[in-house]
Amino acid sequence: MPPEPRRPEAASSKCPASLVSTLSDIRDAIRSGERSAVDVCRESLDRIAAADGALHAFNTVMTGEALARAAEIDRDRDRFRDAPLAGVPVALKDNICTKGVRTAASSKILEKFVPPYDATVVSRLTRAGAVIIGKTNCDEFAMGSSTENSAFGASSNPWALDRIPGGSSGGSAVAVAAGLTPLALGSDTGGSIRQPAAMCGVLGLKTTYGRVSRYGLLAFGSSLDQIGPLTRRARDAAIALETIAGLDAADSTTATEPVADYQSALSGDVRGLRIGVPWSLVEDGVDAGIVAAFKAALDTFKARGATLVDIELPHAKYAIPVYYLVATAEASSNLARYDGVRYGLRDPQGELGAMYSRTREKGFGAEVKRRIMLGTYVLSAGYYDAYYVKAQQVRTLILRDYDRAFERADVVAMPTSPTPPFKLGERTSDPLQMYLADIFTVSANLAGLPAVSIPCGFTTSSPRLPIGFQLTGRRFDEATLLRMADAYERDTEWWMQAPPTASR
Amino acid sequence: MLAFAMPVLTRAQVEAVAALAHLELEPGEVEMFARQLGDILTYADELQHLDTTGVPPTAYGVASRGADRPDEVRPSLAADEVFGNAPERDRATGAAQAGGGFFKVPRVIG
Repeated sequence: MPPEPRRPEAASSKCPASLVSTLSDIRDAIRSGERSAVDVCRESLDRIAAADGALHAFNTVMTGEALARAAEIDRDRDRFRDAPLAGVPVALKDNICTKGVRTAASSKILEKFVPPYDATVVSRLTRAGAVIIGKTNCDEFAMGSSTENSAFGASSNPWALDRIPGGSSGGSAVAVAAGLTPLALGSDTGGSIRQPAAMCGVLGLKTTYGRVSRYGLLAFGSSLDQIGPLTRRARDAAIALETIAGLDAADSTTATEPVADYQSALSGDVRGLRIGVPWSLVEDGVDAGIVAAFKAALDTFKARGATLVDIELPHAKYAIPVYYLVATAEASSNLARYDGVRYGLRDPQGELGAMYSRTREKGFGAEVKRRIMLGTYVLSAGYYDAYYVKAQQVRTLILRDYDRAFERADVVAMPTSPTPPFKLGERTSDPLQMYLADIFTVSANLAGLPAVSIPCGFTTSSPRLPIGFQLTGRRFDEATLLRMADAYERDTEWWMQAPPTASR
Repeated sequence: MLAFAMPVLTRAQVEAVAALAHLELEPGEVEMFARQLGDILTYADELQHLDTTGVPPTAYGVASRGADRPDEVRPSLAADEVFGNAPERDRATGAAQAGGGFFKVPRVIG
């Protein structure tokens, strides 16, 4: 049973059971003058102050900046009357640059780094009326699946504080799940938006590669990274995506494809849509409760008139090794810039070469070093063809699997994670085990496809832990994914559920 | 068939890779990475079982590319903003040419 609402009079008629307001509720209340942006901002800051000692969703809370911005929105109501995110508190993963506000990517090497510019997504959110509340905890440089690889300490799952929230955008998922902000942005290189969304019981959307500008996102795997929203429901993700998506002169990999009217796509009509299910993959080594919740979600779509088709993704089992070779190769190159010369930490002892090596030894955590080492190895002379080129060839085969699947299906459905959130510390000593958690998510990044994780239930054992399922779509077809997520929300109440920590 | 020997890493290999990556490892880390990277690479050897003859490599999942922008001079960051995060800045040398100095690094040549 969902917890009782703390303030029933303020709850939306659309979600009577939910303790936590949605983005559109908040935005509409501010636009209509029912609430002030400062009031909403203070509530968000108060909730963070009350809950974040236990959760550690945030690395930096921008109290002064946020209140000043909210006051500006209240003062200039005419200007923000139609703003899509008027007064909406937003949390940003700590690897997204904010001008004048420390952006550390949870790394010691950037502990004091204050960007001189905003990421494109930040300027677009701000232009749309958003109030940036703070920077969320994550795995260092987004490398991890649990948010335990943070130089600032792990985040906790709001449904069970001794469990991981997933990662790497764990703090962003926690912020939305616990009702600290109705919208958070994360980044997704191999599942880093979708997996924590599933583990915290919120919606997380990884967009098509090139849909959202990466300008100002600290680079990890440049052919894989995408920024995307985490929200309580599909409508909120649609509003956020309309704001942040589109061509950007500062990122040459952004696509010229027009940005769809995602909100108009939320018709509730999924009749005739074909959902491809790779059963052999789904039933192999996946938690029984997750498989049951996944099958129940498929039944919900069938009842609404969608059809199921069996598909094969014969190369999906190779996705993890391909991903960890390609992503680490790209990371080893991207992270070469952290050398103590232009910004970040410097260990000043010795001559230049020693300064580089000592700075990087001191500044990077174990997982980041491990990935730099692996990436350097697979790119090194003698191994380049055997590992890196081979992985890129198998990447082609994975991509072709999806192209074939989309001849018969409009979307591909899978669980998001093979297991519920595990206990903090359980897998930190075994990186390979940690990597296997990404089995269902990495393919979308390798193929550049959009994918959304949608809450679809809870484990039946104690503690009660959220479960999510994933829909992967054709390139630039975020509209179908959001339409299906919205249709599913109309028939289910999972999206309304808030964790016990949200009521404290 | 494996195309090459099982890649369980030796200490010397780990140290060589660390040097390439400009990472000074502690003694305990050399052992740890030798074991963990060996595990990961052994797992990755699954790929060697796949025949990829004639399969082109994919560098980007999405083929479309963005539009070019006009090659116009635009404002850039002020020198003080650029140097704001510098661990060490040399303000004096060549200040006029560089608009306010240089990043200062330790001695390069002994």
